[in-house]
Amino acid sequence: MIVHTIFFYFFSVIAIFSSLMVITSRSTINSVFFLILDFISVGCLFIMVGAEFLGMILLIVYVGAVAVLFLFVVMMLNVAEQKQSWFIGKKSTHIPTGLIVSVLILLELLVVVGGWRYKEDLMSSSSLLISNISNTHQIGLVMYTDYILYFQIAGIVLLLSMIGAILLTFRERVGVKKQSYINQISRNPSTAVELKEVKSNQGVKIDD
Amino acid sequence: MIEYLQILGQEIYKIIFLLVPILVSVAMIVWLDRRVWGLVQKRRGPNVVGPFGIFQTLADALKYIFKEIIIPASANKVVFILAPIVTMTLALVAWAVIPMSKDLVLSDINVGILYLFAVSSLGVYGIIMGGWASNSKYPFLGAIRSAAQMVSYEVSIGIIIINVLICVGSLNLNDIVIAQTDLWYVIPLFPMFVIFFISALAETNRPPFDLPEAEAELVAGYQTEYSGMMYAMFWLGEYANILLMCAMGSILFLGGWLPIMDIYPLNLIPGPLWMIVKILFLFLLFALIKAIVPRYRYDQLMRLGWKIFLPLSLIYLVLTASFLFYFDKLPKVNI
Repeated sequence: MIVHTIFFYFFSVIAIFSSLMVITSRSTINSVFFLILDFISVGCLFIMVGAEFLGMILLIVYVGAVAVLFLFVVMMLNVAEQKQSWFIGKKSTHIPTGLIVSVLILLELLVVVGGWRYKEDLMSSSSLLISNISNTHQIGLVMYTDYILYFQIAGIVLLLSMIGAILLTFRERVGVKKQSYINQISRNPSTAVELKEVKSNQGVKIDD
Repeated sequence: MIEYLQILGQEIYKIIFLLVPILVSVAMIVWLDRRVWGLVQKRRGPNVVGPFGIFQTLADALKYIFKEIIIPASANKVVFILAPIVTMTLALVAWAVIPMSKDLVLSDINVGILYLFAVSSLGVYGIIMGGWASNSKYPFLGAIRSAAQMVSYEVSIGIIIINVLICVGSLNLNDIVIAQTDLWYVIPLFPMFVIFFISALAETNRPPFDLPEAEAELVAGYQTEYSGMMYAMFWLGEYANILLMCAMGSILFLGGWLPIMDIYPLNLIPGPLWMIVKILFLFLLFALIKAIVPRYRYDQLMRLGWKIFLPLSLIYLVLTASFLFYFDKLPKVNI
């Protein structure tokens, strides 16, 4: 158990430290790197409580895909260096907004965690039945039977948001040449080459 | 406390016995790659150092160790140094779950295939960090290309893995191998095997998809500013990743450590040997393709990934699932 505790504190200290560094570090790139470190250590914490499927999915989805896009955006937009740190700058408009949001989240957490203890017949980790089924199977058994409707609705919401994002950024550009593979392959010399008479001092007009 | 130390010692002992063979085989595989490349082009390839030139890679590694590490003045030093370390570590760390036989595996975890997938999707970071930290145009362009390429092809690799998983019913790598005792998945899922192989080429930045380091356009891509040992680490990590992809292919489709047929002389050969033979077979394909196929253009590469491989593997997934459902062959979970 001691080793387990040591590892727990190791990962949670890293998680808290890196989440603090996300909001305090001056370079945006470093913030994203600390965010990745945060995701990884939270994933390790998930694995330590036995939820190996959730931990791995967290790594694949957040670290493998979402954070890569964050890095992309930050690198492309070139917002690498912030001139002043948020706690030093005098007239920062971010602090009140951030404070309101974080106070709200804190209140929500208090309500949830407080209400949790007074709800009757709520499943808690102490009353869990330890079974032989791996938790991947267990999640599947619950998600695709009892909660299939919610699962599908979530999928459709994600699909809609994807289509919305594509529509928002899509613009049709005129005058762009496109390559048609079928046309290219089906060309042959008899249709591709055209002989023209060129009159002296007049030239020819070639359409493309 | 002493018990824990003993366990720790044993684990470290095991890890070293895993890492040393991998590093040696990476060195050998580099030599093999160059030899095959040479033979295809009617050259001899490296044949001077040691018998058949086997020690060529060791000589190269020695040269790299004694070269000076140059860090560009405008580079972000921490990230610049971290990038090759991340690449190398991630390439080696994935080997912890690869089963060489039923018992010969460092950690036999429940979600082995997810672990492999997660670690290979983290591989992007080494490249993107290296490219950005160099603070130079070619490495940055190479890194952006490479990251986009790896993220795109991961999607189709993920769906191919799901294809195999609905036939197996477990995420454990040993279970995946055992489920192939009667029939290797390369036969029913042959189109998926082909797509997996091509996606693996793109995922490891191998020719014909080596656009991140296309030397005609980008000098050496994200490795341009690296020198000495740091370049060698990128290079080792790349080859360790290639070996890992070959191991993944042989576990998912070629029956891992199982013999070709379970008949008398063949099943005397131990499992690890079969596994090595299969990895080598896939690697020979990798090496041959490097030598004979010209490089893709970048938009063609993206088109191939998103417009052809992704729909094909999704369609095949639906086909596999309906076949299994209709003939009542879905894997049973013992609850």
